[in-house]
Parts: sequence; C-alpha cells; structure tokens
Amino acid sequence: MTTPCWHARSIGNDIVNDQSTVRLSANFVNIGERTNVTGSARFKKLILGDDYDTAVEVARDQVENGAQVIDVNMDEGLLDAVHAMTTFLKLIAAEPDIARVPVMVDSSKWDVIEAGLKCVSGKPIVNSISMKEGEDQFLEQARKCMAYGAAVVVMAFDETGQADTKERKVEICKRAYDLLTGIGFPPEDIIFDPNIFAVATGIEEHDRYGLDFLEAVAEIKAACPHAKTSGGLSNLSFSFRGNETVRRAMHSIFLYHAIPAGLDMAIVNAGQLDVYDQIDPTLREACEDVILARKPDEKTGFDSATERLIALAESYKGKTAQEEKQEAEWRSYPVAKRLEHALVKGIDAHVVADTEEMRAAREAEGGRPIEVIEGPLMDGMNVVGDLFGSGKMFLPQVVKSARVMKKAVAHLIPYIEAEKEEGTRAKGKIIMATVKGDVHDIGKNIVGVVLQCNGYEVIDMGVMVPWSQILEAAREHDADIIGLSGLITPSLDEMVTVAEEMSRAEMSIPLLIGGATTSKAHTALRIDGAYEGPVIHVLDASRAVGVASRLLSDTQRDEFVETTASDYEKVRIARAGKGQSALLSLKEARANAFQPDLSDQPAPPAKPGLHVFDDWSLADLREVIDWTPFFRAWELHGNYPAILKDDVVGESARSLFADAQEMLDKIIDEKWLTARGVAGFWPCARDEDDITLHIGKDEHVTLPFLRQQVKKSRDRANMCLADFIDPAGDWIGGFAVGIHGIEPHSKRFQADKDDYSDILLKALADRFAEAFAERLHQHVRTDLWGYAPGEQLTNEALIKEQYRGIRPAPGYPACPDHSVKPILFDLLDAPKNVGLTLTESFAMWPTAAVSGFYFGHPEAQYFGVARVGRDQLEDYATRRGVDMATAERWLRPNLD
Amino acid sequence: MTSSTSTGQGAREKLKAAAAKRVLVFDGAFGTQIQNRKLTEEDYAGDLGLTADQKGNNDILALTRPDVISDITRAYLAAGADVISTNTFSANTISQADYAAEDKVRDINVASGRLARELADEYAAKDGRPRFVAGAIGPTNKTLSLSPEVEDPGFREITFDELVDVYHQQAAALVEGGVDFILIETIFDTLNAKAGIFAVKRLEAELERDVPIMLSMTLTDLSGRNLSGHTVEAFWYAVRHANPVTIGLNCSFGAEQLRPHVQLLSDIADTLVLAYPNAGLPNDLGEYDELPETTASLVRQWAENGRVNILGGCCGSTPDHIAAIARALEGLAPRKLPERDTQMRLAGLEPFTIAA
Repeated sequence: MTTPCWHARSIGNDIVNDQSTVRLSANFVNIGERTNVTGSARFKKLILGDDYDTAVEVARDQVENGAQVIDVNMDEGLLDAVHAMTTFLKLIAAEPDIARVPVMVDSSKWDVIEAGLKCVSGKPIVNSISMKEGEDQFLEQARKCMAYGAAVVVMAFDETGQADTKERKVEICKRAYDLLTGIGFPPEDIIFDPNIFAVATGIEEHDRYGLDFLEAVAEIKAACPHAKTSGGLSNLSFSFRGNETVRRAMHSIFLYHAIPAGLDMAIVNAGQLDVYDQIDPTLREACEDVILARKPDEKTGFDSATERLIALAESYKGKTAQEEKQEAEWRSYPVAKRLEHALVKGIDAHVVADTEEMRAAREAEGGRPIEVIEGPLMDGMNVVGDLFGSGKMFLPQVVKSARVMKKAVAHLIPYIEAEKEEGTRAKGKIIMATVKGDVHDIGKNIVGVVLQCNGYEVIDMGVMVPWSQILEAAREHDADIIGLSGLITPSLDEMVTVAEEMSRAEMSIPLLIGGATTSKAHTALRIDGAYEGPVIHVLDASRAVGVASRLLSDTQRDEFVETTASDYEKVRIARAGKGQSALLSLKEARANAFQPDLSDQPAPPAKPGLHVFDDWSLADLREVIDWTPFFRAWELHGNYPAILKDDVVGESARSLFADAQEMLDKIIDEKWLTARGVAGFWPCARDEDDITLHIGKDEHVTLPFLRQQVKKSRDRANMCLADFIDPAGDWIGGFAVGIHGIEPHSKRFQADKDDYSDILLKALADRFAEAFAERLHQHVRTDLWGYAPGEQLTNEALIKEQYRGIRPAPGYPACPDHSVKPILFDLLDAPKNVGLTLTESFAMWPTAAVSGFYFGHPEAQYFGVARVGRDQLEDYATRRGVDMATAERWLRPNLD
Repeated sequence: MTSSTSTGQGAREKLKAAAAKRVLVFDGAFGTQIQNRKLTEEDYAGDLGLTADQKGNNDILALTRPDVISDITRAYLAAGADVISTNTFSANTISQADYAAEDKVRDINVASGRLARELADEYAAKDGRPRFVAGAIGPTNKTLSLSPEVEDPGFREITFDELVDVYHQQAAALVEGGVDFILIETIFDTLNAKAGIFAVKRLEAELERDVPIMLSMTLTDLSGRNLSGHTVEAFWYAVRHANPVTIGLNCSFGAEQLRPHVQLLSDIADTLVLAYPNAGLPNDLGEYDELPETTASLVRQWAENGRVNILGGCCGSTPDHIAAIARALEGLAPRKLPERDTQMRLAGLEPFTIAA
C-alpha cells in the first residue's frame, strides 16, 4: 500500500490563486487595492475623470470576487480628497451588495479620514494613524476613532521617523499599544503596520528589511495581546518594477513566511500572487534568500542574495510558466490513471496540473469541465471509498485522499461556474458544527472529510457555532442533515438546545450527534425526545457514511429511522425500568469516606508559590509523548509501539507515524509552537467535601468536590477528592499548560485545502499538551513540591502513572464539574501566565491544554464520582452559592 | 434609600447591580395613552404662543399639560416599571420644526427629564427599590445612510455634523433634567445612531463624567435588518464603541416575531439586553389588540431562557401590559452577561470577524 511518493508530497503552498481573487486562508484577510488611487492606475483615472459610476462597479467586482474588506484611498495631488472620499463612500453605501463588507478608510491626511468616518455606517478600519507628530496628536486621533467606532491601523512611525529595524518596530508598536490601551482603546481594534520596505535595493542596510518585518510581527503579536498586524506588500518588490514574475514570487514567498509569523492581513494586488509550490525552485530559493537575509548557496557562485536575484530576474522578464522536472514512474501513466493513483495514494504534488490536462482534453472532445469531476475524479474516490469501506484503507489515508480531491475540485470550479453549469450533484448536503461553547474540532473535521470523500457536500461551520447560525445555514443551504459535535460535557446541553430549536423551527431533517462526550444513552434520553425528526448517535467516523447514506436513501431511510427510534426507546425503557444501583444518602456516603493514613501526608512544598514556564522545550516534551491516544484519534486502535507491527493497521500506522515525526521535526526546528505552563501550591485544609485554600493572610478560596454515592460492596469507600487532604492542615497544588501557536499553521493548511496536515498538527498539539502535563507533574514531584526527589521512572512507567500522587482535572471523572475550572484559573492566573482562556462552557482555549489539581498523598488515587443524588445536588448548590438550576446544569451528566 | 439624581458611573453600576438580581421591567408606550385622553388643540398649545398648530405634538405636553405625562408615567411606575423613559421621542429640532417649536427643544427635554426624575425618586423612596430614568432620543425623520432621491444615490438630506448637533442639544437638556441614561431608540439607521453616540461622547467630554448610553435597534423586516440594511450582529459591532449599558431591540414587530433576533443579540452582546416589542402586530384596523397576558407570556419565555435583562413594551402596550409583564417575570433569573469579547469585529451591512 505504501509508496515512497507518500513522503514526496509537500505541505507548503498556502496561496491559492483562484483567478482574480486570492483567498489566502479562512482567517487571513487580503485587502484589495483596486479602489485605491495610489494602488490602481485604472481607479485613479476613473476618479480623476469624475466617472464615479464605473468606479462603483470596480468596488462591486472586488466584493463579488470575494474581497472581505474594501480599501478606499483618494490621496492624489490633483484631487479634492475629502470630496472624492465622501462622494465615493456615500455612493457605495447605496449598494447593498458592496456595503455588506466593511470599509478601510485609507489616507495619510486626518481630515480625509475623519470626513470618511462620517459617511460609514458599519464598523470600518482607519488606515492609518501614528506617533509621527507626537503622542498628543496620536491620542487625539485615537480618541476620535473610538468616538466614531473604528478599528485602526497604527503605522510603526514615531517622532524620529519610520521604524526600520526589528527593535524599532517592536519598540514603537509596544509604546503605541501601551498608550492606546491606557486611554481605553480596545486592544482587539488595533492593527499594527510595522512597515514593509523594499529589499534587494543594492544597499546593504536594506538587506534585513524583510526578515526584520517577519521577526517584528511575531514579537509584536506576543507583546500586544489581541492586536493584529498588517502590511502593504507592493513596497517589498519595488526594485523589480516591470518584472511581474519576480514581483509575484517575492510577494507570495513573503506571505508564505509572514502568515505563520502572525500577519493577519495585507494590502496587496490580488493578481500579484502565485502558488508557493509552483514557483520555480531556483527563483523561489533566490527570493527566499533575499527575504530571509540569507547568504546564497556557494554553488550559485554569488556572494550576495541580492546580486543573485537581480541576475536571475533578467531571465524571467516576460516568462510565465516553468516546467516540471523530475517525475516518478507513475507520472508516465495516462492522465485518468494518474488522477486515480494520486487520489488513492494521497499525492497532491501534481494534481492541479493533471486535472487541468484532463479538463483541456475533455474540452477538446467537446466535453464539459464537470465531467472531470463526475468521471475520473469520482471514479478515483469510489476506489478510495471501497477500500475504506472494506477496511483496506484507514482514516489517515482517506484524509490525504480528500486533500487531493479538494485541490482538483478547486481548480475546476471557476470553469464550471464560467459555464454556469449546475455544480456536481452531491449525494446530500450536511451541515457540520462544533456547538457553542466548545472549541474541539479534530473529530468533526475527520468526519467531515470522510463524508466529503464519499460524495457528500459538507458545510463545515467550524467551532463555537450558536444554534441560530446552524439553523440559518441549514435553511440557506437547504441541508439534508445536520451533524453536531462536542467534546466537553456542557456541550451535551447545547446539543439539546439545538434539537429544541430545530423542533421549534418545525424542521424534520435528521440530526447526527457525535464527539467524545456523547453517547447513545444521552442521545436517546435527552436529545431524541427534544426533536421530532430522526436523531442518530454516530459512534465514530467510520460509521458516518453508512448512517448518512441510509438516511438519504429512498428505500432504506424509513426502516433505519424506525429501527434507531425503537432502539432508543428500548434504551429509555431499560433506563426507566432498570433498578439502578442504589444510592446512599449524602450523609451515609460521607460516613463511608476514604480514610488515608494522614500521618503519611507529603511535606510542604520545597518551592511554594506560583511557577511560570514561558517556553518549555518542545524537544524535551517529544520524549514523553504518549502515542497510543494519538493513533486512537485517527481511529487506529491498538497500543503503541505494538500497533506499528499490527497485521491489519500496521502499515497505515507506520506511515502516519512517519508523517507525524516529520512534522514534529518541523514544529521543533522552526519553533511553530510554544509550550506555556504554570504550577502552584497552597496551604489548605479539608472541610467536609470542600478544600479550603489559604491564599493570603485572610483570603480563602474554596474548592468544592463531589462524593461517590453509589452503594459500595464490601469495605470500599465512597470517595471524594477532599478525602486525600488533612482537615488539620495540608497542601494542594494546581497546574495549567497550553500549547500556543497552532493557528497560523492551521490557517495555512486550511487555505491549502490540506485537512490531513491540519488534523495532524492539531493531534500533535494535543499530544504536546498531555506530555507537558506529565512532564510538569514529574518536575513538581521531584523538585517544586519535591516529595519524591529520587523518583526514576521510564517513559512507559510514566504513562502507566506508576508514581506517587495524582493530578485530576476538572471535568473528568474524579471532579466532573467543569465550572471549578474558573476557580483554578484564578488561582493560577492562567490567562496571564499561560495565555489560556475559558469559553462559556468552560472549554479551554487554545484547545491543546490541560489543567488540574495536584494531590500528593501516597494513597491518593483516581476514581469516578458517577451518579450523585438529589441531596448532594442541593448540598452542592448551597456550597457553591448558586441556584438549583445552575447546579443542575453543571452536574447534569452525573444526575439521573 | 432614594435614588441618585445624577447621571454617570453611579447609575450605570446601580442598574447593573439591580439587573444582576432579577429581570427588570421597562415602561410601555406613551403615544396610545395620550391618544386615549382625547386632548384638544388648547391642551397641546397651552399659552406658549407658538405660530403653528400643536395638536399631535405629544412631546410638548411636558410644558403644556405636564399632569397628563405625569399620570401616564405614574401608571407605569405603579405597574412595576424599574426603568421609565421620558416622553421626548421627537423632542429634537428636526422633528419640532414641523410644529415651529424648535425653540422649545431645550425646555421640553429639561422639563420631561425633571418630571420623570421626580416621579422615579418618589417611587424609589416609597419602597427602597431603585428606579431609573432613560432620556429617550428618537431617530428623527432624516437618514444619514440613504438618499431620499432615487436619481441621486449620493445625496443626503442632512450631514453627520448637523445631526450630531441636534442630538447633542437634546442629550444635554435631558441630562440637565436629571435622567440617568440617554436612550437612543428605534434605530432604523445605524449611522444616525453613530452620530447620536458621537454627540453623547462629546457631552461626556464637556461634563467630564460618564453619560451611560442605552441603544435600541428597530427591525424593518423579518429577516432581521434595520432600514439602513444592517443585520443585528453587524449593528452590534458598529455601535459597540458606545460601551452601552444596554443594547436591545424595540418596536419592529410583536414579541413572537422578535424572538430569534433578541436571542441572537443575547448570544453576542457583552452588556445588558433590553427588549421592548410592540404588543403584537396591528389588526386590520391598525389597532393593537394583543392581550396583556399574551404579551407577558411571550416575553416571559425570553426571560426563562435567560435571554434578557430588561423587558418592556413599545407600540400598543399599556400599563396593564407592563403590570402583566412584571407579574410574569417575578422570580425569574436574569440573563448572565457573556465574557468580554476580544475578537476584532468589523461590520459593513453584515458582520465580519477577524479571528485571533
């Protein structure tokens, strides 16, 4: 099954040029220059000629082609810029299909900006203000922006001039940030433009301009929370005016590096971008050397990157396309066979070229572009579907195949649209969303990809999606199925809400429920009853296709729906009738508490207080990664390392593991991610089922815990985490770790339609978070708390938790209430110290994160609280000072 | 125990504190209550000696028949309103020009503010429960976003600066009269509202104190846009800079039709949500005949679902409606505020978020 070609694929190109518009990624914002007199000669001519009607059409084209923000600039010596700006803005305000997107009011003159702001009804961006004329004027203009309700671009410019070096850029932006936030300017409304200057000018001082910008962006993003960055790209290639090939290459390569560094938006001529991977490798390397201020390879014979690029540029004048070089053997197959091969093997390197070849061939025969999809591409995907369905192919490979398919389809869409053909008739349209309050999406993404591979159109709404948007999308797209996903327990309630709202909206399409926390029982008991239409719990990705195909089949649907419904009815009856294991009263349970030997309690921590780790070595964490759950995320079941030699999934597991190692190398070498963590210890005492922490002299924080109430056999105790703490005085710890930096890479992969790398990266980030939690716990035991200084454990022993003490996490069985997380976060100051935040359902963001408590007693152990009684619920509500409804919501998974 | 007679930080915090405990009650319509009293031209005109007929100029009654306004306001307070609004929807120079009463704008607003303030304080003193006064500012009949002339889409009847001056004058007079908040209501044009916000910000700078703003959008079609074309979400992003103490929806349609839009706003707004829908949809005769209990049971659902902090009525609502709403809300938990939103939110007619 494997071929060396699997590893020949590249994960680089993040720029997809779909004709006139460039969508760099779902989250990167490309701001067009076409309604900017300084960027578009045509627009300038129209405005100077007073032809506003045509000028409005330019804006309309831009929005129709996907512009997310329109930049309007009238800075031209021959124009009354105030008049031109206000006239144009009022005219586009009258056009709903233009006015739907936000405006960037762009001028170097404040009076032009202010006049513009008075005509804009939404929330615009001001471009730009700076400290050029000093702090007073800067702040006065910033206050006005606040009063008009505008976000603002701040140029890295101060009293002494424009920032050129990295240090100056960062210093000026940080100063501006502090000044702005000091007057209450919302940090999320600030966009820094740290100045892109021309490189390869022949002046040595300019050599680092590109690199300085890239490095500055990363530092500014770190130093200025919530602020964004932007840049005007055309300056960069100023030295190569007239040589479009080189300019396009430089811009594309620059963005390729800038987006991962944290660049959020750029002003760029959409036509001036290429696909990174399709740039001639020689030119690419030469441009990269210039932008990254590298010395060229000795073999090139050049001393300076600039000289080499200038020499090379000569040969590109007027040249447009380059030739493919080395081809593997399969490259000599007929084109339809090549497409199938690429799909089955998941090779995306040539798929656009092959698709184009196929399309052109069909066209020559009088065929239509849609036939390329319906014919060879769907044939190839059917092979993939069959292999997957018969268990000969596994998820990681299917996800790779999907990437290839997406790229091929993306190439064909403009042709299909140009013919105004109907799109391919999908087997059905499925709306997928991770519900509001939840941020986990690996599972949802995998299911989405599998469904797409099997011919379903998937409208993926992302994470944290409120029910209203889900319903709206279902209506708008006339969807056949809605699929909901969630990982944390509060998401279960949100799923019920979605079901109720679907009912209220009198919808009848099937609702699929999936995700780690969901279950057939919950679906049957709570969701199925809330919605009239079919509700189906989907256990894992491999079942999704079967479920969808039966639901949308004319012949099988009714039977399937009925079978499932009666199945759920059985669950309900069984549940109602089943004599559930008896519960003790809370009083009885407390009387049967666990009684550890309190004389064995650990000594006070060697290093009390909070310990913050800003950047734990990823190379170190890599050593302690627990790989088994990683394979499980891809639905490859078995323990690592045995799974690599498994008869059935071994080959697939090895290939996935190799890809993971390759990406890990990159993550570590190129510092994609940052591991941040905090641990702390507090003196405390047990008080019934609470643990009271002594924070300061008179300050107490109470950690409320839950007690098992299920009647135990023989002499087993009804456990509560508080049992491990001495009422007479003891210590407890807490920690939170998070993996930062995934977004720019994820964005890049998504823009490249590369779900495989995106899911791989997210799965690896999760592994890093778990590894960090494990490593930090070890550091706590041996050093910070230091109750086990001599501990020597192998990685295997670590994974098996053969050590003293536990680290239970809120939301997990021993303390199932997620709402304890905010208390822990406050104690640790996690938002500040680790950059972690909580959603309204207490999911942690970024997603790759772990938090929990440290109990050091040698008898401390993990357990599940399981079902609790009404009496404990009431007691807990009183202890937490909340009403019953709130307590019920928090503890619902543990209630009857 | 009496409530504060000054606007500012105090009122903002007090309202938030009261709204944290329960769902508060807003008042209902003035217009229909005034109509029921069948006032004559003499009642309206009084002895002001204005040159034009005043019949129908409801706002001027603050000067000529303050007892009428007083009675209605009392009725709402007695019905259980925690927040009352001034009868000043059209008390601005643009609208008063129709009655040649531009010169009375300041007087109307000061008098209306005082009247409401005194009654609010009187009721607060009776039972110790704080009452609040919202100084109401209507949208005027001019629009900054749209051209009234089909042939000339770039034309505007009024400029931003002119409208800022109009709003500023009214807001200053209301504050002088003692209102707690400036309520910019029935917002059909988002840019008008932005001019209103700008005016209040200017007033704040002049007075060197917080003048808390309440904002209330009105929808013109069931898809959830106002006349200037903004969706509810885009509207919120466009006005978030006002740091409003409440954001909400009023008028538009009845509670039934307004529900999804209130719900959406409730999901995204990190401030108090105030909603005061019409008492249903008008019948064939253009009259509102929805029963108080019907209105109350509809809005009660919103409160039960934790969607609102303050509820009241707009067109067609009466003190009976407000009393029914107050009864229906008893004992319900208020909506909890979402955490402060730190995404970059931009807006055209539609929202646009730049992910972090």
